[in-house]
Amino acid sequence: MRNRSSETFIYWLMRGFTYFIVVVIAYIIMDIVWNGIGVIGPDFLFEYPRKSGAEGGIWPAIVGTFYLVAGTIAIALPLGMASAVYLSEYARQGRFTRMVRLAIITLAGVPSIVFGLFGLGLFVLFFKFGASIIAGSLTLACMILPTIIVASEEALHAVPQSLREGSLALGATKWETIYKNVLPYAVPGMLTGSILGIGRAAGETAPILLTVAAFYLPRLPSSIFDQVMALPYHLFVLATQHPNAEAVRPMQYGTALVLLFLVLTVNMVAIMIRSRYRKKTKW
Amino acid sequence: MVDTGKKTDRKDVIVEVKDLNFYYDNVQALFDISMDIPVRQVTALIGPSGCGKSTFLRTLNRMNDIIHGTRVTGTVIVDGEDIYKSNMDVVSLRKKIGMVFQKSNPFPKSIFDNVAYGPRIHGIKDKMKLTEIVERSLKRAAIWEEVKDRLDKNALDLSGGQQQRLCIARALAVDPEILLLDEPASALDPKSTAHIEDLILELKKDFTIIIVTHNMQQAGRISDLTAFFFEGKLIEFGKTKQIFTNPVNKQTEDYITGRFG
Amino acid sequence: MKSKAWKEKAARLIFTGASSTAILIVLLIFLFLFKEALPFIKDPGISKLFDTSWRPVSFQGESYGIIPLITGSFLVTVLATVIAVPFGVIGAVYISEVSRKYEREFLKPFIELLAGIPSVVIGFFGLIVLAPFIKAVFGLQSGLTALTGALLLALMAIPTIISISEDAINSVPSTFKEASYAVGASRLQTIWKVTVPASISGITAAVMLGMGRVIGETMAVLMVTGNAAIVTLSPFESVRTMTATIAAEMGEVPFGSEHYRALFWVGIVLLIITFGLNMIAQKVFSKYGGRQ
Repeated sequence: MRNRSSETFIYWLMRGFTYFIVVVIAYIIMDIVWNGIGVIGPDFLFEYPRKSGAEGGIWPAIVGTFYLVAGTIAIALPLGMASAVYLSEYARQGRFTRMVRLAIITLAGVPSIVFGLFGLGLFVLFFKFGASIIAGSLTLACMILPTIIVASEEALHAVPQSLREGSLALGATKWETIYKNVLPYAVPGMLTGSILGIGRAAGETAPILLTVAAFYLPRLPSSIFDQVMALPYHLFVLATQHPNAEAVRPMQYGTALVLLFLVLTVNMVAIMIRSRYRKKTKW
Repeated sequence: MVDTGKKTDRKDVIVEVKDLNFYYDNVQALFDISMDIPVRQVTALIGPSGCGKSTFLRTLNRMNDIIHGTRVTGTVIVDGEDIYKSNMDVVSLRKKIGMVFQKSNPFPKSIFDNVAYGPRIHGIKDKMKLTEIVERSLKRAAIWEEVKDRLDKNALDLSGGQQQRLCIARALAVDPEILLLDEPASALDPKSTAHIEDLILELKKDFTIIIVTHNMQQAGRISDLTAFFFEGKLIEFGKTKQIFTNPVNKQTEDYITGRFG
Repeated sequence: MKSKAWKEKAARLIFTGASSTAILIVLLIFLFLFKEALPFIKDPGISKLFDTSWRPVSFQGESYGIIPLITGSFLVTVLATVIAVPFGVIGAVYISEVSRKYEREFLKPFIELLAGIPSVVIGFFGLIVLAPFIKAVFGLQSGLTALTGALLLALMAIPTIISISEDAINSVPSTFKEASYAVGASRLQTIWKVTVPASISGITAAVMLGMGRVIGETMAVLMVTGNAAIVTLSPFESVRTMTATIAAEMGEVPFGSEHYRALFWVGIVLLIITFGLNMIAQKVFSKYGGRQ
């Protein structure tokens, strides 16, 4: 049997491994905040970029990201929630259900760049949407669909079976039961769970690279068939494609900070609401 | 098998079960059950855990339909209608047969909305009418005095016994003819249990009551007829007094006298 | 009553239809990847994909050998996994078995937060901070190496590995542990001899899903691996992965060209590899009774 002090040493070693990760995360966030905070201001946030992004602000990229995320939510949320209702309330063991589940698992594992290729082939070229908000949103929606389905199904499963039985026993039909006595209690959970997927859509670069993002487009889109700039792609362009990358370093950090702030705020809110919601719900 | 139930007058029978078999996937849970349940009486279903009494209860309002992979053979006739016929309207059947579950399941809504849930589903929108139904149902379930001042409060804040009576009120609100009670008092303290038992004796004036119970004394106190189930079979069915004092079947006797179960 | 029955049918139809879109999307992904890639088989011929080099733009004749890209992805993935697994597994064990309650309540969400940092931000950090650091430490000419990419990818795989492993470790019945304590094992012995072995299938699945994420990751590797399409097994060389190749080149190729079709083939190979990893992970998961 090992003695106590060597056991304590191993615990400290494990603690060290774990906190090393924490320190790295903290370091990344602090580095971005420290170097980016200086350029943040009304000019940077609300001005159009000038000289290929070397001067001016990032307003079109913020607006572009906002449009993309809004479009993605509008497509993926209803579809994902409805799929979850099917899986949780209607699905029986069988080939169709197995195929749906297999498809969800498969989608969850498809690399984001492959979604980009798919979006390019289907939405941009085949449907002739061109590189546009609609093509990008559809592509991102396909990507986050599994996250929304899984989160929504979990929320539906959290509603006790006794509520369904109680309603059915009173002569309610299945749909009446779902609509009046299941969904009202599941929707908050469905939404918060879905926010995590939405955060991912806001930060992804690879799928929009091929389907929507404009290299440099200092104006706002006028329809969903326009190209837009987007924060993640703008950061990528500034950091790797700009002829004078060193000189625009502050702009890069500023863009990174805005993107990081946006995505982390969304995720943090989701994580917080979720844990509170889990604690609060007792049946 | 002594079948005292058969001796009741035909037109007094409200539920007529014939050769009922029930399967979960390939496991048979009920074997050739036949019994006639009389109107406006309390019929108690007793037997050890897993004997099929709850499963049997749930075949009467087709609640087993919602469990995947179940199968029924035989007939169940309620009010002269075969409820397992292919074009049966399950919704109107469940309106006719109310059910109260073992674990009280008030909806996480206000007390008023709980009771009004059924009537609303069945198309009553008029606020006055709903108020009237809610009040009448709560009075019938003997809980009106306790909740009349807080109808808009969440039903989950009620005590366990109150929740169960609220569930009874909720079932009564759709005007059923039959009430199925699945061990309604098993999770309650003695005082609340007594309350529920008094209520059952009161309700049998207007409703046919079929109650599953674990508690032999309870069956003795409140039921007119008792059916003893064992391993998915109906062993004995007859007047409660006779079953308790002079059971015909050896297994029934053993169970009643507490030798197993 | 009629209208109720009608509503029931409509609801069922709508929900069934919605859930079938997942199947539809998967089919469309395969269909459209192959649709764009297939003409390559006729002209210039599928054997071009097995060339020894990837030189899509050249005056002496283009070559589209995807082997160097596969080895590039392979090298980066293996390195990243080797780095991520100890941190991921030890982190998961620490969080679920050793840490105190208040620690756990801070550690779990914090590490989940890492999963939320966009990969382009991680790549940017790698480019500006990590690459110069690697260059200085190892005395290299350039910090844009396979190792740099692998370190970033490991960082991105760790939250996946931790959160899924932690679930698996948590679901080990406490009776197992109690039995171990009862025969006089210490807490540490119980952890490594009982708890971890009992949850090994979940941990394996976690690692595989983490690897899937690593292979499919694009932006971070695109920004820091240097993107030289050469066959190498040295972590200090510049490499080019499949994902980075698609991302870097797709923007500049004419639609319908040989190069364009070759990039779709790269996408197909990538899709098949991740699909395979995913299926194996699921099998491992369900076979040993992980979360259903």
